[in-house]
Amino acid sequence: MNKLDLMVALSKDSGLSVTKATEVVNVFFGEMTDALVRGDRVEIRGLGSFKVKRYRGYTGRNPKTGKKIKVKPKKLPFFKCGKELKERVDIHKSKPKGGSR
Amino acid sequence: MTLTKADIVKNVMGQVRFRRRHKGAQQFLFPELDCIFLSRERTTEIVGTLFEKIKETLAKGEDVRISGFGKFQIKFKWARKGRNPQTGENIILRSRRIVTFRCSPKLREKVNSADQIQDAKTT
Repeated sequence: MNKLDLMVALSKDSGLSVTKATEVVNVFFGEMTDALVRGDRVEIRGLGSFKVKRYRGYTGRNPKTGKKIKVKPKKLPFFKCGKELKERVDIHKSKPKGGSR
Repeated sequence: MTLTKADIVKNVMGQVRFRRRHKGAQQFLFPELDCIFLSRERTTEIVGTLFEKIKETLAKGEDVRISGFGKFQIKFKWARKGRNPQTGENIILRSRRIVTFRCSPKLREKVNSADQIQDAKTT
């Protein structure tokens, strides 16, 4: 499913026109991007949370040539899956709906 | 500051507008009255539906790809032997499905460029 499919699915389920559903989806991902760029956390109950993780630089090796290279420190958004989503995705636990354990 | 569902609802409410079908005299005088905002209840419902759609798709085992943001993938993990680190007990971890997120190069660049600007300011 890509962004367009998501917009169409949202418009079908919520009764919004596709144009407005597009705006909603764009606002949602735009806000998340902005928050991550600022270095803020994003937390959505049931879905998961995003956090920007810092990684230290290190000297690595090019596996093909064996040359040493310096890898610069970087920041990457990290996603932690929420409890509800985790249980629904997991095949074994997803069968009973609601209080599954 | 943590961005939560409430913040997203607020932003959607502020940014998604509808044009009024029938124009009254007031709307010609005050063009800012020419649109209707969504109510808070309706927006909460819409945002909830959006989250539900994403979760539903992932629960079906399908990936969700958002260009410019990243993709949520479903990965299958085989059962493996594990150990409870607290008691040292041997246990078997069942095979399971998990969600992983891969950040898009665009987002990665944005997150990292923000850092350089900040560094330049502090030094």
